[in-house]
Amino acid sequence: MARIAANQDFLEFAYQLYHTMQANEINLVYEGVVTQEITKTFTAMTEKNMVKAEESNQVQRKVFNVMVECLQNISKHADPMTDDDDEERRGIVLVSHGEESYNVITGNVVKRSKREGLEKSLEHINSLDKEGLSALYKQQIKEGHISEKGGAGLGFIDIAKKSGNKIDYQFKDLTDDLCFFILITTISRN
Amino acid sequence: MEVISIKGTDDTPSVTMDKDNGIFLIQGRSLPEDVTEFYGPILNWIGEYGEDPNSETVMTFKLEYFNTASSKVLLDVLLKFEELKDKTDVNIKWCYREDEEDIMEAGQEYEDIVELPFEYKECDEDWNEK
Repeated sequence: MARIAANQDFLEFAYQLYHTMQANEINLVYEGVVTQEITKTFTAMTEKNMVKAEESNQVQRKVFNVMVECLQNISKHADPMTDDDDEERRGIVLVSHGEESYNVITGNVVKRSKREGLEKSLEHINSLDKEGLSALYKQQIKEGHISEKGGAGLGFIDIAKKSGNKIDYQFKDLTDDLCFFILITTISRN
Repeated sequence: MEVISIKGTDDTPSVTMDKDNGIFLIQGRSLPEDVTEFYGPILNWIGEYGEDPNSETVMTFKLEYFNTASSKVLLDVLLKFEELKDKTDVNIKWCYREDEEDIMEAGQEYEDIVELPFEYKECDEDWNEK
């Protein structure tokens, strides 16, 4: 009997998830390891959906762009829940669209010690207009180096430039050392 | 000198570096997992080319999309060519597909950083110049 009850709970969950996704026009939900293969698969899927929806080339390219940067951020920078630094990087990915915009939402675990730096950098980026972002981008691309993790320190700047909107974010404390970092990017459809 | 001829994939561009035929081209998408691994040999090639370059060098970019890590390495490619400007007449041909303003603007940002002449070409879906 217990097994049937558990199955019933799962079915209920699956149905609720389906219902919530439909109601909120969510195109993609994922929780798990984020790799280069996953990045390619998700961006290709989203691209296909946008072609089907006859979305403009410009919007397609911007959504693709933001997704790649957000997913590669997770695969390069997410911290593991345990001390094992070799553990694969995981996170959540959610893509939704409404009448006016596409939303790309990602979440991953980061060390609480990184929170202040992330907040500072995102606040600075959010305070800049298009010219300011272009100037910061040029400064960083000249002065920065490809890190051991393979990043150029340009991801957030590029996300803000391409989306044309402020980057929304939140931190939720998980443990004494870790928090969950949520990044919300909006790409306008017109 | 050796010719670089790399076929594009869904996350790496096609690359041709051919001194004898005067073809220098990076085309397609660039979002490799490891940019250093992909672009390292190309940067080395440009260095070697600089030892005995053609009198004229037109480096053509036909990029559909590139991630930020690639953008840093593409600057390195441009800076490598900038180093050669006293030995060969270097021109950058920056192609972008119609409506792809972000790509055109990326070219302008590079032009602000490197001291090389840029020429912009709007192309159709199949990269034919308009």
